[in-house]
Amino acid sequence: MKKLFASLALGLTLCFGSAAFAQTAPAADAKVEAKAEAAAPATAPAAAPAAAEAAPALVPNKGDTAWMMVSTILVIMMVVPGLALFYGGLVRSKNMLSVLMQVMVTFSLVTVLWFIYGYSLAFTEGNAYIGGLDRLFMNGIWDNAAGTFANAATFSKGVVIPEITFAGFQATFAGITCALIVGAFAERIKFSAVLIFMTLWFTFSYLPIAHMVWFWMGPDAYTAKEVVDEMNGKAGMIWQWGALDFAGGTVVHINAAVAGLVGAFMIGKRIGYGREAMTPHSLTLTMVGASLLWVGWFGFNAGSALEANGFAALAFVNTLLATAAAVLAWCVGEALMRGKASMLGAASGAVAGLVAITPAAGNVGIGGGLVIGIVAGFACLWGVNGLKKMLGADDTLDVFGVHGVGGVVGALLTGVFNSPALGGPGFVADWTTATMVTAADYSIAAQVWTQAKAVLVTIVWSGVVSLVAFKLVDLTVGLRVSEEAEREGLDITSHGETAYHG
Amino acid sequence: MKLVTAIIKPFKLDEVREALSAIGVQGITVTEVKGFGRQKGHTELYRGAEYVVDFLPKVKIEAAVSTDQFERVIEAIEAGARTGKIGDGKVFVYDLEQVVRIRTGETGAEAL
Repeated sequence: MKKLFASLALGLTLCFGSAAFAQTAPAADAKVEAKAEAAAPATAPAAAPAAAEAAPALVPNKGDTAWMMVSTILVIMMVVPGLALFYGGLVRSKNMLSVLMQVMVTFSLVTVLWFIYGYSLAFTEGNAYIGGLDRLFMNGIWDNAAGTFANAATFSKGVVIPEITFAGFQATFAGITCALIVGAFAERIKFSAVLIFMTLWFTFSYLPIAHMVWFWMGPDAYTAKEVVDEMNGKAGMIWQWGALDFAGGTVVHINAAVAGLVGAFMIGKRIGYGREAMTPHSLTLTMVGASLLWVGWFGFNAGSALEANGFAALAFVNTLLATAAAVLAWCVGEALMRGKASMLGAASGAVAGLVAITPAAGNVGIGGGLVIGIVAGFACLWGVNGLKKMLGADDTLDVFGVHGVGGVVGALLTGVFNSPALGGPGFVADWTTATMVTAADYSIAAQVWTQAKAVLVTIVWSGVVSLVAFKLVDLTVGLRVSEEAEREGLDITSHGETAYHG
Repeated sequence: MKLVTAIIKPFKLDEVREALSAIGVQGITVTEVKGFGRQKGHTELYRGAEYVVDFLPKVKIEAAVSTDQFERVIEAIEAGARTGKIGDGKVFVYDLEQVVRIRTGETGAEAL
């Protein structure tokens, strides 16, 4: 009965969503969305240029648009098959398909919800915590009668990309964030529990945090000194604080990591954890997955610049260098600790570096990127060893150890290496003129404190939402499969299939 | 008739097979097994999880041979499989009650 109710609720939500898809655009709307530079992409429908100035309608830059579409594809590849294989190879073969399923179906579910209401709640004007319903069912994003497409702002004045491209790019971010979480409670969670939890968590944690960190009115809204305060006031709460998160250290990694850790605690340890051997069944596939993650991450980070420009190039290079440095750091750390550098360590090091550079990619100089990579390699090595033992949860695939620790390290160090004195670009101090903060005016301590506040809010918000969401799921469909099912393997019991025969 | 069973190190299989062919043993059955005796296992490390693996991969050879042949068979196996290091393995000999060649129905010594 509980199961039926829960499935029905989910099904009805989706039905309502798909039935109400609308494409009618408000008349002559040139909605401009912008992303804060240094902060991650956030957009708001800004007033049409038909207002005070006689500005010509902005036309999307083809190079930028093409780059954004490619970036979107790269992020999709990061999830399927990148993350799926990375996680899948780490579990026992009897559970391989369950992990692949949870990743792929979570991503698909969240993508659908995104286009129904997610995009609107994250990236339209609302309040400091959440957006509004202006773009419910993507209403107004293009005008099928007129054949025109709404625009989204970038970080440069007068430069736009199609809003639909921006929304698609962001959809993949929402999807991958949710998919990340499944690693924490792999090999024992009920499939339906995953889907219901993801719906709740996506709605109440991902969307608000994305809005708070990334939503702002865009550079073109800052027309004069007089409107600055008003425009700032319309942005997300954490954006207003001045926290810097280029591609999602808080929104994606810390957010997901905390949810994973809470889940690992609430679901409990796998049967036989600590006594029975639970060795990865295919580190080959894990390496393939990690490699696809690395390659795809160039879209994730450099795409977060929203333009094919210098800051995208900076993010690109940082994504290359920080990751390589983290691989080395993890290998060195492991060799010192245990005498051998392992393939799993190298793959994990890569992911650690990628996580840490995510908030920093376009916000720090190349030297800063190198340092962040090295620190992340060592920090996350501790995260999956020392910290994991301290926490005592069965975080199966080390979601918190890598994404949580890496995310925090990256977020805080972004505040350090963003400083012009340390080779960073600084941030935009005045959006009316788009002038950057000077080295003299930059306070590393202040910025790191701002970063820390963003981290803390994310941790608490995600933690509370996750707690409630898991509890609700537990009370309705139950979180865990039966002991027999867990012993036999989720592939057969949850999905009726085996990954490998014989 | 005897069933000679030997547990040997996997990389010694080819040498043992040649040695058996040389003394006229026509057919053997080979299985991949794992086990341990005095040879120690190894430790595997996956991030923070350490696993002590006692079992080592070995190969089991079985050959049905005639009673007057089995001592030479044991010598051949020993010669082919010996490295002199711990873990070389063991040979077990069982009395074989009956043997049947499925294709022809021959039994006993003719079926060997």
